[in-house]
Formats: sequence, structure tokens, C-alpha cells
Amino acid sequence: MSAPVALVLVSHSTDLARGVAELAGQMAPDVVIRTAAGGPDGGLGTSVEVVQEAIRAALDDAGRAGVVVLADLGSSILTVETVLELDEDLADVVRLASAPFVEGAVAAAVTAHGGASLAAVLGSAEDAARSFAGSGREPGSGREPGSTASAAQGSAGAGNAPGESTTPPPWPHAGPGIAADRRGDPGQSATVTGRVIVRNPLGLHARPAALVSRKVAELGARVRVDGVDASSVLQLMALGATEGRELLVEAEGPGADEAVRAVVGMIEGGFGEV
Amino acid sequence: MTLDADWAERWVRRTAEAVEAAKDELTELDRQIGDGDHGENLHRGFQAVVARLDAAAVEVSGLDTSDRPVGDVLKIVATTLMSTVGGASGPLYGTAFLRASKVSGRPQLDPSSVVALLEAALEGVASRGKAQVGEKTMVDAWQPAVDAAERAAQDGGDEIAVLRAAAEAADKAAHDTIPLVATKGRASYLGERSAGHEDPGARSTALLLGAAMAAALAGPDGGADGAAA
Repeated sequence: MSAPVALVLVSHSTDLARGVAELAGQMAPDVVIRTAAGGPDGGLGTSVEVVQEAIRAALDDAGRAGVVVLADLGSSILTVETVLELDEDLADVVRLASAPFVEGAVAAAVTAHGGASLAAVLGSAEDAARSFAGSGREPGSGREPGSTASAAQGSAGAGNAPGESTTPPPWPHAGPGIAADRRGDPGQSATVTGRVIVRNPLGLHARPAALVSRKVAELGARVRVDGVDASSVLQLMALGATEGRELLVEAEGPGADEAVRAVVGMIEGGFGEV
Repeated sequence: MTLDADWAERWVRRTAEAVEAAKDELTELDRQIGDGDHGENLHRGFQAVVARLDAAAVEVSGLDTSDRPVGDVLKIVATTLMSTVGGASGPLYGTAFLRASKVSGRPQLDPSSVVALLEAALEGVASRGKAQVGEKTMVDAWQPAVDAAERAAQDGGDEIAVLRAAAEAADKAAHDTIPLVATKGRASYLGERSAGHEDPGARSTALLLGAAMAAALAGPDGGADGAAA
């Protein structure tokens, strides 16, 4: 059963589109990803007809819930916009993401894999530039608003690092901890935290990051790993967490316990790479 | 001389000839500041347009087409260019012809409807390319052409005078893109190095508008008119 939102990757180059589709598809196997690449003569270029066909096919495959389109350079974008102008019926169900091609495709695919809506998939693609290029430690940089960040900082300062109360936030330096212990003031929103050492040599690279973010999305809990939104595959990758690094896993709200255990368990398991 | 659907056909057939003749020049301009495919891409696109028009001409042969809207021809040009050009100029010229077709629903164009056609085309290119004057793009030829066409119409010029004003302004404006530094499109990656070269899109716009004027001057049976075939 495929995810309701499909992706169409529009590129000048068939090789480029195929490669990005392969990369994103590995992380989100249930998402329909179609490519529309190359010009009318088969060389580098873009074609309105090719893009039209790919979008229509993707809508059919995905059960018409919607399609997010990612495009590489200038004329790819112009071509997609032209297709949308020619066929006004597509406007409601097809969205062109303003996003970097590779990062946007990966982020959109992983979000779509969890059954997310058209708007959510589009949003995650468009957040990709920021969450990937910027510091992965910016809790407000993803889809979570600033209120989450301040709540998280409060619990860290109070519970984890009393000796460092003058410099509360940075999670990785909050001191040693025990896996999956419960912290936080019961009177406030309880934060469950866990610590885990990355075991596989490559750490949270694309595939493991996708596995974690999909799990988090599936559980529906709000989870952070070293301060970043764990439902964002790109933010997890941007941590650059490799073998031996200790990560702080935190969750709040319903299902927090289960979510922290699940994420800690996955990272501890080494993703089948140890 | 009336500007009807037959004129529109002659216009695009002449454009196809002009592009063929200038193919190497356009490609060379594009090689200097772009990706070197503008001449080839436009040539392929306009050859496909001619093939489509030839096929359509067989279908309607013997029928009275005197009330055929000008926009019908422009719409065929639009969709064919979009499908066959391959580079950015496909969506750009395709959108120009598409928007122009929408304001050309009548069988004959008077001077003000020629201006409206050109304005719609400019609007299509500028909105599709999100480009403004001075960025070293097609818009740098289209905008002066539209301005000149408007002045000619205001001064009481007939439709040929309007087309002539547009064509001459576009030709000069294309030349005037030489010192500009590109800030839109592939050439913008070159920054300062894009100065000193004529913009290929502005040049092809000048060819297109020159062909529009020539088709009007030549008339249905005129000169080396490709439509006679």
C-alpha cells in the first residue's frame, strides 16, 4: 500500500533524477517517486509533455491524494510552472516545492512515507534547505515552534545540569545520564530522556536517520535527539553523529516513554551495521 | 494588409526560417554565457511548429478559414514549443504565445490588438521567468518592443507600423544587452563575465519580432514566404 502523497522529480538529466529517486526511495520505500527528466530529444533538458505524463501517472499511483514536485535548475522550474498553468485542474493536488533538489526530495519522501498530508510533505521539502544547511542544533529551525525549544531548555537546566545553570541549553554537554530514565518535574510536562552511544561506524547517515524519523512519525510523539527534531531526517543527518558519540534522546507528552525507548533501542541496535 | 490567422502562420514560418539561419549564431552567443543550446533548441521547436501547421493545413484544406481566430495559430505554437524546445526558452516562448493567444480571439487584429498581443507575450515571459528589465534576458528585448509598439499605436500608426516599431526596438535592445551583467538565468552564474556578450534570448526575441513584421509586409503571396508551400 503506497503512501497517499507521491513525488515527481524533474531534472535536466535522467541520471540525476534516477539517482535522487533511488536515494529518496531507499529511505521511503512505500512512496511513489516518479521522474520526469531529459529533453524532447533525449538529451539534457526538460519537456512539458514528459512532466505532464509523470504528474498524471503519479496521481494515479498515489490514489490522487496529491503530488509534490521537486525540480533541479531554472528551466525545470519553468516547465513545471507551465504545466500547472496549462492544466488548472492540477492546482489543488500538485505543488511545486521551493526546495533544494536532493535534500528536498529526501525530506519529502520520508515525510510522505508516514502518510502525511500534501501540505506536510511540501512543508518538509521546503524546510530542507534550512534544516540541512543550518546548524542541526537549532530546535526552532524545523517544524516545531519556539515554544518547544524553550520548554526543552527549561527541563534541561533544571533536571540535567544543575552545575551549569548559567549556561543552560546545549544538550550534548548536559552531563552523563542513564538510558531511558524518567526526569522532569511531575507537576510540569514530563520530559522523558535517554542516553545512547552510537554504535555503527557511519552513525546516523541517511538510511538510519530515515528509519529513526519514520519511527518517530509513526509513534506520533515529540522527540528530540541532541536537541533536534527527530521526525526530520535532515536534522538528524545534520547532527553528523558517528560511532562513539553519545546522544541525548528526549520526548514529551503521550507516548514519550515508548518513543524514547524505541529510538534508543534503534540507535543501540546499530541499524544492522555492526 | 490584414493581420489574420494566415499572417500568424506566415509569422511563425518566417521565424522558423530566421532561427534556422541564425542557429549557429544563437548557439555561439549562448555558449559564451549560457549552456550553448539556445540555437539548437529553438530550431527544433520551430521546425516542430512548422510540421504541426503543415499537418493542420492539410486538415482544413478546402474549408473556409477566413474567420479563424488568430489565437488558434498562436495556441498551436505555444503548446508545440513547450513540448519540443527542451531548454528554458520552451516554457518562456511557450508562455508568451499562450498568453498572446488568449488576447487574440478575433479573426483580424487592429493596431491596438497587436499591442495587446505583444503586451500579453511580454507579461508571459516576465512572469514565467520572474525577470525584469536590466537583468540581461529576453525581457530586455520584449519591454522596449512593447513600449515602442504602444507609442506607434498612440501616434495613429497602422498595424504594420506597430509591428515595425516593435521589431526595430527589439533589434536595437538586443544589441544593447551586450554591456549588461546578467542577474537572471544561467548567465547570471558568470557574474561580471557575462558582460560583453549579447544575450541570446534577447537576440531570438528580435528575430521573432522581425519575422512578425516581415510576414505582415510580405502579404499572403509575398516574396520568399514559406507559407506558400
